[in-house]
Amino acid sequence: MIEFVLDGRSKVNTYNQLVQQVKQALRVGLLAPGDQLPKVREVAQSLAINPNTVLKAYRELEIEGLAEGRPGVGTFIKHDLARAALPNQAQLREELLAWLKRAQDDGLTRDDIRALVETTMRAGFKRD
Amino acid sequence: MDTALEAGRLGKRYARHWALRECSLRVPAGRIAALVGPNGAGKSTLLHLAVGLLRPDAGSIRVFGQDPHGNTGALADIGFVAQETPLYEDFTAEELSRAGSKINRRWDSEVVRQRLTRVGVPMGKAVGKLSGGQRAQVALALALAKQPRLLLLDEPVASLDPLARKEFLQSLMGSVAESGTSVLLSSHLLADLERVCDYVIVLNSGRLRLCGPVDDLIAEHKQLVGPRNGGTPIAGVRSVIRASHTDRQSTLLVRTTGEIEDPDWAVHDVTLEDLVLAHLAEGAAEAVEVAA
Repeated sequence: MIEFVLDGRSKVNTYNQLVQQVKQALRVGLLAPGDQLPKVREVAQSLAINPNTVLKAYRELEIEGLAEGRPGVGTFIKHDLARAALPNQAQLREELLAWLKRAQDDGLTRDDIRALVETTMRAGFKRD
Repeated sequence: MDTALEAGRLGKRYARHWALRECSLRVPAGRIAALVGPNGAGKSTLLHLAVGLLRPDAGSIRVFGQDPHGNTGALADIGFVAQETPLYEDFTAEELSRAGSKINRRWDSEVVRQRLTRVGVPMGKAVGKLSGGQRAQVALALALAKQPRLLLLDEPVASLDPLARKEFLQSLMGSVAESGTSVLLSSHLLADLERVCDYVIVLNSGRLRLCGPVDDLIAEHKQLVGPRNGGTPIAGVRSVIRASHTDRQSTLLVRTTGEIEDPDWAVHDVTLEDLVLAHLAEGAAEAVEVAA
């Protein structure tokens, strides 16, 4: 059984932190299909958070097909994380590395680069 | 959907001073609602009206559709933990539970025993001799033994140390998870509330400033930083809650209608605390209400 923690200073909201921790546990093998997730009541109590937040996280995992609720019993992991086929990702990563090198050669710091990426995304990022 | 609490243009006056005025709000059932505002804002007044200890001077208040004043049927469904958790000091938790079972229609003394055992509070000790945190746990256990549909708490953790505060909130969250009781709790401590509450009511000077589901309110409000703006409308901004300016720059806390796509403005998320404080600031604009 995994145990959740909360990062109070994280910008990520609570229910997203829970979802991410389940996914991370799946990634490193701490959770496998068939394992039970901690009961809503236990999580709400131990972290002192609203039980609806835990329900929301478990519901999201169900929607993503990673978990399933068994009424009266609990919530269980259903599937492993899919190793999604992303053929372009390797190419994009290579191009990004080349771009990063150029930015650094031009004298940009990490913060400069982050600011550039954020403002450009705000102005030009296409939403689907 | 069931409405746990509804106020219609509610007002309460003490001599010439209106402690609460034109207060209209609706809290759906199944929520943990925070009631926040500075001292004297009207929080305790609202809670006392909800529990029938005060009568309105204007408007109405309903709990699950009923007027709570003098209504034993409605009151049987309401649990109340008053400020400073007043309990009869010489009585033990055991005795208070026995008294509760005689006074109330519905009472589960097992609830008291189980909860206090779980948190290590002795049932046979006079409550006046318990620590503040332990007394708060007793008050909570007694309120929950009634198996209320709505639990009202007036600053329950204000005078508790951080550990006692955490333990109290843990107990409260655990019991809400089990019973689905609706909760309205007033508190100064905004940082705690964001994790615990999914609904918020902000009062200031007897008036309602903000009311609605926390997630929706946070999603709808942003902090914008950009070039000095004297009031020119910005695409995507519905209203400005609070503005501050330097000679070159403006910082605005706004309510949005959608994405802010204007590249002049850096957009930051807001926390519940940011939002509440902006509404409590002097000269803050319109009251914001969002239906659940």
